[in-house]
Amino acid sequence: MGLLLLFNGFNGLIQGAFYALMALGLALILGLNNTINFAQGAFMALAAYFSFTLTPYVGFWGGLIIAPLLAGALGLAIETTLVRRLYNRKDPIYTLLLTFGLAFIMQDMIRTIWGAQGKPLAIPQFLNQPLSSTYFFLTGYRLFVVGVALAGTAALFAVLRFTRIGIRIRAGNSDLETISALGVNIYLLRSANFVIGIVFAGVAGILAAGQLGLNPNMGDALIMPAFVAIVVGGVGSLVGSLLGGLIIGLASGITTAFYPAASEVVIYIIMGVMLVVRPRGLMGQEGLFE
Amino acid sequence: MSTDLATEAARTAPQARTGVSRRTIGNVVLGIVLLTVPLWLPLVGGYTDLASRVLIYALAAMGLNLLLGFTGGLSFGHAAYFGLGAYGVGLMLKYETHSLFLALAAGTLLGGLAATLLGPIAVRRRGIYFSMITIAIGQMFYFIAIRWNTLTGGYDGLSGFARPKFAGPGHLLPMGPTGMYYLVLAAFAIAALLLWVVLNAPLGHAFVAIRENHKRLTFLGVSTQRYIAISFAISGFIAALAGGLNALLDGFASPNLLNYSMSGDFLIIAVLGGMRNFYGPLAGAVIFVLVRDYVSSVTDNWMSVIGLVFVISVIFFPMGVLGFFNRKSGS
Repeated sequence: MGLLLLFNGFNGLIQGAFYALMALGLALILGLNNTINFAQGAFMALAAYFSFTLTPYVGFWGGLIIAPLLAGALGLAIETTLVRRLYNRKDPIYTLLLTFGLAFIMQDMIRTIWGAQGKPLAIPQFLNQPLSSTYFFLTGYRLFVVGVALAGTAALFAVLRFTRIGIRIRAGNSDLETISALGVNIYLLRSANFVIGIVFAGVAGILAAGQLGLNPNMGDALIMPAFVAIVVGGVGSLVGSLLGGLIIGLASGITTAFYPAASEVVIYIIMGVMLVVRPRGLMGQEGLFE
Repeated sequence: MSTDLATEAARTAPQARTGVSRRTIGNVVLGIVLLTVPLWLPLVGGYTDLASRVLIYALAAMGLNLLLGFTGGLSFGHAAYFGLGAYGVGLMLKYETHSLFLALAAGTLLGGLAATLLGPIAVRRRGIYFSMITIAIGQMFYFIAIRWNTLTGGYDGLSGFARPKFAGPGHLLPMGPTGMYYLVLAAFAIAALLLWVVLNAPLGHAFVAIRENHKRLTFLGVSTQRYIAISFAISGFIAALAGGLNALLDGFASPNLLNYSMSGDFLIIAVLGGMRNFYGPLAGAVIFVLVRDYVSSVTDNWMSVIGLVFVISVIFFPMGVLGFFNRKSGS
C-alpha cells in the first residue's frame, strides 16, 4: 500500500507539474491580457505536433526549444490580428468566445494535417530507463518533467522579478493605464506577455506528449484542471496558480490509489470547498478582475 | 465602444409599455411562422426534427441569456443543467415511469435544483472569475456522468429509453416528429412567456440594474449576489427543460451534453443572435443549427467552419444579428 501510494502520489505530482505549467501560462494571459485563453490547450497540442515533425531533423532537444517558439509566433500573429481588437470591450465574453472558436479551428487543422489517430513522440532512450527496480515508476523522463517545470517556473519568476519587461508586466497587472501614461507601449507589452504564456503552453504540451503521446484533443484534458488550479490558487497570484496546480495534481493522484473513479471529480470538490471557505483562493488578491 | 454598447443595451432593454402594437404584431407573426413549421419546412428542404432542435437550442440559450444578457453573469457552465435535464428525463423513462410529463418535470427539476444549489457558490465571485467557476462546476458533472458507468452509461451515454406516447383525451397518441415539435414549441412558448413576465417585473428590472452597475446597487443596499443567484436558478431551470426535451427528441443522452463545449454553443447562439434582444437567442439558434447541419453534411472540416462562426460573430457582430439590424434601421 505504501508503495502504491508513493507511486500514485508521484504520478499526481507529475500531473500537477503539467497543470502548474498550463496554469502559469493561463494566469499570465489572464492577468495582463485580461483574457481567458481557451485556445491554450490547442496551442499546447500544436507545439507538440510541431516537435513531432521537427524531431527527425533537430532531435528531441531541438524540438523542445524550437516548437514552443513556433507556437509562440502563431500566438503573436493571433494576438495582433484578433485578440487585440477586443481589449477595449468591457465584457469578457468576447475574448472568451474568440479563443474558444480559435481552439476549434486549430484542433481541426491539426486533425487535417496530422490525422486524428494518436501518435507517439519519441523521447531520448536514456530518459526512458527506470532509475531503480523497486521504484520502477521513477523513470528519468518523469524526473526530467518535474525538473523542467521547476526550471521554467524559476525562469519565469526571475524574468518577472529582475528584467525590465518583467517589471513592466507586473506593473501592468496592477495598473495598465498608469504605465501607459508613463510611456510604456502597452500593446507591445501585452503581445510579449501573450507570447510568453503560449510558449509555456508549448513546453507543457511537448512534455505531456513525451509521456502520453500525441492526439489533436490532448489539450482538453489539461485546460480544465489548469482553470481549477487558478481558482484554487487565487486569481492574480502566479505562485498561487503554481501551488494550485501541484495541489490538485497530488490530490488527483492520491485519490487514484483509493478510488480511481473519483480522480477527476476530486479536483472540483477541492475547488468547491475552497470557494466556500476562502473565495479568493489560496493567495489571490481581493477584488481583482471584478 | 463600451459606451456604444451601453446605450445600445439601454435602448434594447425590454419595455412593455412602449411600442406595444408593433411588438404584438411581431409576436403574432412569429407565432404563426412557428405554428406552421411542419407545413412549410419540408417545402424548403428542411425536416421537422431540425426545427425541434432549433427551438430546443433557442430555449436553452434564452434561459442562459436571462443570466448573460439581462443580469450580466457570464456562465460558461449551463450545459451542465441542460445535460442534467437530459439525464433526468432519460433515467426516469428508463427506470421509473412512462409518463412524458412526469419525466420532463423530473428532468427539469433535477437540473433546475442543481443550478439553484450551486448558483450561490458561483455568485460569490464576479466577472471572469465567475465564468471560470461555472465552467469548472459544469465539468464536474461531465466527469460524474462519464465515471458513474452503472447509472449513466459512461462515455457511451444513456440509451434504452424511448419517447413515450402522449396521453391524449381518452387514448394514447404516438409522438412522431410533428407531435414532438409541438411539444417543444409549447415548452418554448411557456418559457418565453415566463421570461417576459420576469423581465418586466421588478425582479427583471433589478437584474438589468445589476448588469448596468452592480456597485451602485450594492451601495443602495441591494443584495446583488442573491439576485444573480435567482437569475442563475431560473436560467438553470429553463436550460434543464431544454435538455429534457433534447433527450426526448434523440431518445438518448450523451455526456457531451454536459461538456463545456456545449456551454460554448449556447453562448455563441446568444451572442450571435443578440444577447440584449429578447428573441436574440432564437435568431442565433436558427443560424447556428442550420449552419452546423448544412456544413457537417458537406465537409469533414465542419469544426473549422463553426470556429469561424465564433470568430466572425465576435469580431464583427458584437451585438448579434438582431442588434446589428436594429442599429442599421436607426430608430
